[in-house]
Amino acid sequence: MPSPRQTPSQTVGPFFGVGLTRPSQSQHVLVSDRTDGERIRIEGQVLDGVGRPIEDALVEIWQANAHGRYRHPLDTGPAPLDPAFFGFGRCPTDAQGTFRFDTVKPGSIRAANGAAHAPHVSVTVFARGMLVHAFTRMYFGDDALDTDPALALVDSARRRTLVAERTTKGGLVVYHWDIRLQGERETVFFDA
Amino acid sequence: MNTSSVSKRDWNIHPPYLYEPYASTVRRSPRKALVPLEPSLSELTGPAFGPDAVRPEDADLTRIPGGAGQAIGQRIYVTGRVLEDDGRPIASALVEVWQANAAGRYFHDVDRHDAPLDPNFTGGGRCMTNERGEYRFMTVHPGAYPWTNHHNAWRPSHIHFSLFGNAFISRLVTQMYFPGDPLLPLDPVLGGVPEEARPLLIARYDHDVTEPGTALGYRFDIVLRGSHETPMETR
Repeated sequence: MPSPRQTPSQTVGPFFGVGLTRPSQSQHVLVSDRTDGERIRIEGQVLDGVGRPIEDALVEIWQANAHGRYRHPLDTGPAPLDPAFFGFGRCPTDAQGTFRFDTVKPGSIRAANGAAHAPHVSVTVFARGMLVHAFTRMYFGDDALDTDPALALVDSARRRTLVAERTTKGGLVVYHWDIRLQGERETVFFDA
Repeated sequence: MNTSSVSKRDWNIHPPYLYEPYASTVRRSPRKALVPLEPSLSELTGPAFGPDAVRPEDADLTRIPGGAGQAIGQRIYVTGRVLEDDGRPIASALVEVWQANAAGRYFHDVDRHDAPLDPNFTGGGRCMTNERGEYRFMTVHPGAYPWTNHHNAWRPSHIHFSLFGNAFISRLVTQMYFPGDPLLPLDPVLGGVPEEARPLLIARYDHDVTEPGTALGYRFDIVLRGSHETPMETR
């Protein structure tokens, strides 16, 4: 029997909130009081090709815990799991195109060949008008990024589209990072 | 020691970012080439949701949990298997769905279509696949609805599906359509998919899924990018 073919992607459309948001849960909050690590907020806007905020995008993130461990059978450590951290977040954009996640800063990630990836968050972007979602990574501007193997694949002039800027707002550490779907400063998207 | 990988996105099957007949793609399509990235642990892992992510009643869209009434419309079952692209079933995959009601209206603030809301229907549901990769929802046949993409534009009846596979890069959001819908050839959302792949998004009527006196049955299998383990060569 021939292998089945992948099911084609389609847009989330404008009404995904009916199925993908839960009134009872804050899916953009990844932490509890018991979670290990530095509390941070990741915040930014999703913008279209002419710089207009996209008010009906959906941003999802997946990240390691503060020790650099993913909650998944393929990650066998040695960094410890954190029972109070799962690592997945989902946030629809608001009328200003803004998304935000309350999480912890992930640790660095070991690669199969022993090289380390700088701390980063995996990101998928869905929106009305996107027949296929976009996939990328967000890095942290105050880290050493020169030896990261994924950033090394990116043209140096475009690397900064993947790097969030650290700021503080009333004692809270906020990493600001905009996602530009198109245009001169288009965010780098990966075919992973 | 094994090495892990995930099948590549099959760009002969998925639609492109820019598909001008679907007007919203024009300003929302990345135009620069995607950067090829060999998946690492960050891409090969992904959220594995536990059974507490769903309740049994979440798979029945014809009633609002705790409510007494029933949604108006033709009751249907939608069932199928979630598979990796080598044919293996994916157990415990989270399947989330959303759709318009039988009149073609979404339970959503942004939907201004002048068709009635149904007090007994929100149109959102979720379930987890069983150990054979099977899911099943009971719902009502969604109505077609107008949109502003072009003159006299109508979306064919469809159900939105969101899926998580074993890896974060296996993520898929798609739409299921109904066989024989006369609007299918006119729809620029389905039309963005290469022609030969469009049938993959059309459910099949299955009389064995239909239950006497209860609901009609449709079958829709979903294939995600598969995760593979290959033994690493040692020398």
